[in-house]
Amino acid sequence: MSDPEIDELSIRTRNLSLWYGKFQALHEVSVDIKPNIITSLIGPSGCGKTTLLRCFNRINERYGNVTTTGEVRILGENIYTEAVALAELRKSVGMVFQRPNPLPISIEKNILFGVRSHSRSRDLPASKREELIESALSEVSLWNELKDNLKRKATTLTLEQQQKLCIARLLPLKPEIILMDEPCSALDADGIERIEELISELKDRYTIVIVTHNMAQARRASDECIYMYLGEIKEHASTMELFMNPKNEQTAMYIEGRYG
Amino acid sequence: MERRKVLVEGIAKKVMLVAALCLIVPVLAIIAYIFYKASPVLGLDYLWGVPEGGGTGGGIWPPLIGTFFLVLVSLCICAPIGIMAGIYLNEYAPDNWFTRIINMAVTSLAGVPSIVHALFGVGAFVLTFGMGESLLAASCTIAVMTIPVLITSTREALSAVPMAFRQACWNMGATKWQTIRTIVLPNSISGILTGVILEVSRAAGETAPILFTGAAASIPFMADSLGDKLMPYFLGDKFMALSYHLKVVADKLNDVPEAMKYGTAAVLIGLIFILNSFSIVLRMYLRSRKKW
Ligand SMILES: Nc1ncnc2c1ncn2[C@@H]1O[C@H](COP(=O)(O)OP(=O)(O)OP(=O)(O)O)[C@@H](O)[C@H]1O
Ligand SMILES: [Mg+2]
Repeated sequence: MSDPEIDELSIRTRNLSLWYGKFQALHEVSVDIKPNIITSLIGPSGCGKTTLLRCFNRINERYGNVTTTGEVRILGENIYTEAVALAELRKSVGMVFQRPNPLPISIEKNILFGVRSHSRSRDLPASKREELIESALSEVSLWNELKDNLKRKATTLTLEQQQKLCIARLLPLKPEIILMDEPCSALDADGIERIEELISELKDRYTIVIVTHNMAQARRASDECIYMYLGEIKEHASTMELFMNPKNEQTAMYIEGRYG
Repeated sequence: MERRKVLVEGIAKKVMLVAALCLIVPVLAIIAYIFYKASPVLGLDYLWGVPEGGGTGGGIWPPLIGTFFLVLVSLCICAPIGIMAGIYLNEYAPDNWFTRIINMAVTSLAGVPSIVHALFGVGAFVLTFGMGESLLAASCTIAVMTIPVLITSTREALSAVPMAFRQACWNMGATKWQTIRTIVLPNSISGILTGVILEVSRAAGETAPILFTGAAASIPFMADSLGDKLMPYFLGDKFMALSYHLKVVADKLNDVPEAMKYGTAAVLIGLIFILNSFSIVLRMYLRSRKKW
């Protein structure tokens, strides 16, 4: 804990292995993710990108028969111990999914869902609620579009708005880290552009890890890049470095689009 | 060649239409026949009246209200258990041997014939738990018979709620119970409740499970006050029920007028039809408020 290097990292794993039943999906993953930058995670389908993300807020445990060994430190604290408060962990590590998944309730209830499940309703007076809604929607630049329709059902929004809302609803929980699992793959070109803009605005305040299948996106939208293959991390470097001058042969082949 | 295809297509369509018609014609024919035969007696007097001369005359109110109570009490017993078990199995249960055994038990119990459930009811509720032949024992028997099917229909309704909603909740730190209460249940309750009502009313139309557990061929019915008439049976009493009454009038008494027999059948069909329609209306109402 006293090691300043470790405390400064957002996410640090050591020898992290994970099994679904008997199938090993992660092999001895050791990775350091720095705060307030965008780290992209690339690799062929099924190499364990989603699985690795899910380790960072321990949500894998909700998916059946999962065994995890090794160490994951979030903001310096080991999260694979008995003592860790899972609700707190999941507040500080938010997740955005491939298909936008707003809850089938109103826009404002979506935004308040997180805080509501962590606090009693008397700690959330109307003024506080309005403030949370406005600041969350403003931060993802949806406030002007939606401020008159806060009671509208969130599932009726366009996909782009839905995805932004899915980011916005994490913000009232004051996350430190936002994990994004292919957040743009359901969107059209315009939507992708605007979500990427949003992500780069958010990086001042949050540490962002983004999984993507889109090499161009990894290249333009991230500061560091991790290449995974069959549950192992093959290369981790600055995005520039990794794309211009890959050290690993497989990485080179993958980013050239020869497989995956 | 093209014409041949069109021709075959047309024939195939007609053949399947006929098959579909084969399905509804007998149903309609049976219902029409029963109601036609019953028409001389059907009327408010018949519904509201009390049987006279051991079922040879009079009305059908005691068995009608008896079946209604049977449905109600069985519902109160099996709905909470079936729904909660379904929620547990679908939302909480880890995939291990214990869960698999429960699942196997549920599937096989659903396939047990109702007469076997009836004998179990006699052994367990009537004798061992000392309920005697009573409304409570019969309702428990119906409940035991229905719970496996309820569990299955509840699980189906729950698994129709997209996994993505659960993921969204979990990742904001909601517990499983918060997720179930705020998102999963509100979006599956219509399916769950419909299943419950359909299954229970189906079971309550059967004769076997109540045969030895509490149904009576006839009960002296002194219904002078309205209260007695609406609330004739208590949990510990034997009771009359339509399905059993039908059996009694149909094969025990040669001197029951035909219309009385068909009348009983018509009322039983009518009651089940009303319960089913109620569950369908309830589902439509809840669907219209559905959240996505
Ligand atoms: N819940 C689960 N149970 C069992 N096996 C799983 C589960 N989730 C993932 N796997 C397996 O683990 C491996 C890694 O899956 P994961 O979803 O992490 O890959 P991914 O890199 O995200 O792939 P994609 O690019 O297709 O999203 C795959 O082989 C997958 O089949
Ligand atoms: Mg994935």
